[in-house]
Amino acid sequence: MNTKHYDELKNIIKIYLPEDVSVDDIKPTSHLTQELNINSANLVDIVLDVEDHFDITIEDDEIEKMETVKSAIEIIEAKVL
Amino acid sequence: MSGEEIIAALPYGEPFIFVDTIDMVTKEEIHGSYTFKPEAFFYKGHFKDLPVTPGVILTECMAQIGLVSLGIYKMQDKDLSQLQVAFTNAQTEFLKPVLPGERVVVKAVQKYFRFNKLKCTVKLYNEGGDICAQGELAGIFSTKDEE
Repeated sequence: MNTKHYDELKNIIKIYLPEDVSVDDIKPTSHLTQELNINSANLVDIVLDVEDHFDITIEDDEIEKMETVKSAIEIIEAKVL
Repeated sequence: MSGEEIIAALPYGEPFIFVDTIDMVTKEEIHGSYTFKPEAFFYKGHFKDLPVTPGVILTECMAQIGLVSLGIYKMQDKDLSQLQVAFTNAQTEFLKPVLPGERVVVKAVQKYFRFNKLKCTVKLYNEGGDICAQGELAGIFSTKDEE
């Protein structure tokens, strides 16, 4: 896992964290909805920001696989050249 | 899909439906109208001696026309009897009061529709053409058969 991609994703995720979850709670293994308490509406905005930032397109079935920070990075890195 | 068919598919009823007509709809844009009934329940208390349409009700009117009606049109190929809508985001500013009996026109343009989330910029105009409220609204649309 590329630390640059990880830090960039973290910067996108932190915008959508609920008030009771801190940036320091974000770990590669963190589950986006269950541990970081990101709701499905905000998850869509995270994916749209990821698409803009990394200049990639995420498909409908891929958003379902983005369960943890690590799995999101894997999907991003498979698309970023 | 006609305006009447969209209204028939709306999941709202009295006293909480704020759509009279859908006058124009495409995949990206929708126009509709509503006339606020002077006898509506909220005027009795907002305000006690000065009835003005509450901002939350203007937001609801904007959402029912500009978000949910457009979403129904976009999802017309799905089983609309199974439609579920969750209102997720509202960022609205209120510029002019809307009084009992006023007819308003709501116009909305889609910003995006991705992963079942629809986000629109919505404006609410009075009969004089002044913008009374404007903002960005978003919601998630799902039909149970998708899950």
